[in-house]
Amino acid sequence: MNEVLMKVQDLSKYFTIDTDWRGKPVSVLKAVDEVSFAINKGEAFGLVGESGCGKTTLGKILVNLYTPTSGKIFFEGKELSALNKKQRRSYCKDIQMIFQDPYASLNPRMTIGDIIAEPIIINKLLPMSEVEERVIFLLNCVGLARHQRNRFPHEFSGGQRQRVGIARALAVEPKLIVCDEPVSALDVSIQAQVLNLLDDLKEEFKLTYLFIAHGLGVVKHISDRVGVMYLGKLVEIAPKKELYANPLNPYTQALLSAIPVINSEKKERIILKGDVPSPINPPAGCRFSSRCFKEFGPCKLNTPKLKEVSPDHWVACHLF
Amino acid sequence: MLLEVKNLRTEFKLKRGTVRAVDDVSFTIDKGEILAIVGESGSGKSVTSLSLMGLIQKPGGVAGGEILFKSQDLTKLSQKELQQIRGNKISMIFQEPMTSLNPVWRIKDQIMENIMTHMKISKKEALARTVEMLDTVGIPSPAERANDYPHQMSGGMRQRVMTAMALSCEPDLLIADEPTTALDVTIQAQILELLYQMREKFNMAVLLITHDLGVVYEAADRVIVMYCGKIVEEADVKTLFEHPQHPYTVGLLQSIPQIDNESDEHLYMIKGMVPNPLHMPPGCSFSDRCDRCMERCTKEMPELQEINGHKVRCFLYDKAEEGELSAK
Repeated sequence: MNEVLMKVQDLSKYFTIDTDWRGKPVSVLKAVDEVSFAINKGEAFGLVGESGCGKTTLGKILVNLYTPTSGKIFFEGKELSALNKKQRRSYCKDIQMIFQDPYASLNPRMTIGDIIAEPIIINKLLPMSEVEERVIFLLNCVGLARHQRNRFPHEFSGGQRQRVGIARALAVEPKLIVCDEPVSALDVSIQAQVLNLLDDLKEEFKLTYLFIAHGLGVVKHISDRVGVMYLGKLVEIAPKKELYANPLNPYTQALLSAIPVINSEKKERIILKGDVPSPINPPAGCRFSSRCFKEFGPCKLNTPKLKEVSPDHWVACHLF
Repeated sequence: MLLEVKNLRTEFKLKRGTVRAVDDVSFTIDKGEILAIVGESGSGKSVTSLSLMGLIQKPGGVAGGEILFKSQDLTKLSQKELQQIRGNKISMIFQEPMTSLNPVWRIKDQIMENIMTHMKISKKEALARTVEMLDTVGIPSPAERANDYPHQMSGGMRQRVMTAMALSCEPDLLIADEPTTALDVTIQAQILELLYQMREKFNMAVLLITHDLGVVYEAADRVIVMYCGKIVEEADVKTLFEHPQHPYTVGLLQSIPQIDNESDEHLYMIKGMVPNPLHMPPGCSFSDRCDRCMERCTKEMPELQEINGHKVRCFLYDKAEEGELSAK
């Protein structure tokens, strides 16, 4: 079970915001900054964080939509940058993405049958005569009817569109699916339907998920292990039960306490002061130090590294 | 009683037919109370709040019913008379702090505009009040930040500015339409805390519109659940969350992934989706998605009945079977 499918080492992605007259960068946004983690085969790895913390950028690097500034990605033991063009193509096939906004991620001029068939045809996975059958199979897998393949995206509701997005990702038989906030644009009752579908598909197709979301309840439901991001850094990684029962990083503690829960016992809430600082000019030392309620001496001076505090529980904080 | 809404109906006349976005909705809000309206998109919760403010645009309009604010019927007032109340006695915070502030005006000018419209005070006094309000909602160095433009502020800050603007005339009723939906959880906690403090400070009533049941549980005193333009259940927060009765409310509560839930089992699902408002199912509008649908449900619409202060619109709780209700 604990076979590593994907390993990420010191991965960084910087965006240049402004350059001087020579083209030298003067202001740089560190969207993802020296992030390391591993995803095991068959697990769902959850990634939580607030907007602007770099979780989507990280997902996009993994599906090869962005080139990382530095750092290494290993997929099934092979390093990504060492691959030749052909191997890279097959890497792209193995890692698919489900996007956040089902209203914007489907081409409005294509029928959903064509949308699902396109990746099969481009990757030459099946002879043309068998493509249609495969599309119908995929539609059934995600709970849509075969006659719906000739319709256009605008004829579908948000939940149904998200199902089309899932079918499209499944079309090329990927090993890892990066789910970027797949349910945050959906209503509660539809959200449950899509989450259950993702759960079922994971069993059926032996998938591995990187599940990106800001809703901690959703992440807890679907993931096996969870990583918490803040301003481009991973601040805590732990199995979900451990993380939710025993959060160590003050940021994780505040994040968990901020979620409104339906529970008769009122819990003590940690209200953080201030806003998330700009990633262009983050605080020196620990990036959370400007809002942290346990901030002390070394926090403003040097950046804490991820340390394994108890088995499989990693924290980046000077308290540990 | 501060606000009483009686049989409110808001309709949109489209080419393909008439959509009744709010259908026969009645509720009351007392002074200092926080009433929450929950529902999914298309349930009519935002249209209800816009109707209260008289902000429904053509082709829509209030088609019937009364909105009694301090015993004055708002639906019968002219736009000019409404202007006296809007932003003054009733004010509103909108969902998108990014788009509901004017990008080319300074923060202070936007807040001062509201103050000067409703209060007879000099510009200098208005500015002082603006700074004071910004301070109240927790904006650091308010005197300097008042000169900022909206784009210089973060989402949480902008929502605070919106709140300052809404509170600047000390309203009796604040309508907050999804005030935290566009914000991150840590910022959401700050804004909810702020609403709470403001209620204590000004003793105002709040109509909180949201789809997040967690927020409702933490913030509200009483809850209305809406589905397809109708109220399906109404009760105080504790009763509703501990003993939900309408199958829709029960389903909604079970389908949320909770962080204090330890099981890995499948989430409960409400099957199907919200019906097209132009083609409502006959009978109860929830009947086609309901697990406990009976034959009668597909033929008639149940009435909203009140049993011990708990209102529910469902045949399962028909008055004739009142004994059964307490048994569940």
